[in-house]
Amino acid sequence: MKVELEADKCVASGQCVLAAMEVFDQDDDGIAILLDEQVADGQLDDVREAIAVCPAAAIRLVEQ
Amino acid sequence: MAPTQAGTMPEAPDTVPEFPMPRDARCPFDPPPALKALQEEAPLTKVRLWDGSEPWLVTRYADQRALLGDPRVSADTDSPGYPTKASPEGGEGKLSFIMMDDPEHARLRRMVTAPFAIKRVEAMRPAVQRIVDSLIDDMLAGPQPVDLVEAFALPLPSLVICELLGVPYADHEFFQENTKTMVRRTATPEQRGAAVREVAGYLAGVIGKRIAEPQDDLLSSIAGRVTAGELTHQEATEMALLLLIAGHETTANMIALGTLALLQNPDQLALLRDTDDPKLVSSAVEELLRYLHITHLGRRRAVTEDIEIGGQVIKAGDGIIMVNEIGNRDAEVFPDPDRLDLRRDARRHVAFGFGVHQCLGQPLARMELQVVYGTLYRRIPTLKAACAIEDVKFKNDAFVYGVHELPVAW
Ligand code: HEM
Ligand code: SF4
Repeated sequence: MKVELEADKCVASGQCVLAAMEVFDQDDDGIAILLDEQVADGQLDDVREAIAVCPAAAIRLVEQ
Repeated sequence: MAPTQAGTMPEAPDTVPEFPMPRDARCPFDPPPALKALQEEAPLTKVRLWDGSEPWLVTRYADQRALLGDPRVSADTDSPGYPTKASPEGGEGKLSFIMMDDPEHARLRRMVTAPFAIKRVEAMRPAVQRIVDSLIDDMLAGPQPVDLVEAFALPLPSLVICELLGVPYADHEFFQENTKTMVRRTATPEQRGAAVREVAGYLAGVIGKRIAEPQDDLLSSIAGRVTAGELTHQEATEMALLLLIAGHETTANMIALGTLALLQNPDQLALLRDTDDPKLVSSAVEELLRYLHITHLGRRRAVTEDIEIGGQVIKAGDGIIMVNEIGNRDAEVFPDPDRLDLRRDARRHVAFGFGVHQCLGQPLARMELQVVYGTLYRRIPTLKAACAIEDVKFKNDAFVYGVHELPVAW
């Protein structure tokens, strides 16, 4: 699975970083960035949590 | 607030409930029982406000999140249909981007997101720990009982905001005095208004100084926007004031009301007192945010284009109120929702709202509350309320729910 992030939607809530620290980080302005768009199986639950808590619907999982 | 009786004319049988509804005085931590009934029986229903207007009340978690995330809703208090709050505290006024819509909202919000990034907030943790420890030192050295609100809950967020904005240490006392007046129950609306103007004037002055001589703080970065022509001095001041007001009483109420809720649930308090596990403390913070949900007047919006939801069309020009406090008690999302359970996974709560306006200060609020809940009960293990729960004055009529004072001893 691959994770996609629409940075222009991001409102810098930081929720994805709290949910999945290995996958998401923030740039100097607090806008989310992807550390790795490939999601390992062990990270899937955390990424799903990030999607659930993102207030701006900026994150998606896509099948490859 | 006392709902005004809308005349005495005999009308068609009146089934439209008034909002806000009263809580059950025996359950001060629970939302009004009428909200629960609506959530079960009529999750989308019209209610009547103080001014006679009839917005929709949205009580289910999923509907609340869908609507708060919908670009066809407006947070602008001037939008037709916007459900205005009755104002016991003297006018809400326009306060920077919290009352704006995108794209202007996003433009302004992004100017101040940097210091709220998770890592930046983490870097402030030692400073917050020092403030918490020194406030506790002062309490322990002073007489008992002491009002936890006055001695601890209010000064902490005020000092943290000083730290964040870059208010010089010498002005902390001025700042604290005025920010306390802004929320003190016994202050008259005039006194409150005067305190807000004092602080706004002060912030405008500091921003002026930072325009001339920038430093490494948030007020300087806001001042830089003025220099760059992206903000007027007035807009910059309103933004600084929003950051102060939004983060002050909210955090303070979570500290005091949270402490009272824990004192009423000794088994849960014991969990915090006996742990140094940051995971448990962080889970406790999420659960207390969910359970207490202090912004009890609901997230308010106006609908700008027809929206269909749950088989119902909400028309352009209708007002909607998402009562997140009952959303946080939706059994479909949180099993056994009325139980305070610090170990549950409460992360999906909507205590910080949802959508593009979701709380900007949430990483900071979380960190402050983690430090507080992780420190206060361990350092004062015998902490107890110094009055009966029946005598506690709850902020039923305030914008943000909490307790007016909480006498404690140990
Ligand atoms: C536990 C404490 C807090 C709670 C419960 C809380 C709650 C909320 C809620 C519910 C909203 C959404 C308003 C809406 O959608 O209409 C909000 C927005 C906001 N909060 Fe907080 N807040 C807290 C602490 C803070 C702190 C510490 C700060 C800053 C220092 C802060 C700054 C803001 C700002 C700037 C907004 C407006 C965001 C926007 O409109 O884009 N809050 N807060
Ligand atoms: S959760 Fe969404 S809005 Fe928040 S930082 Fe991540 S991408 Fe941005």
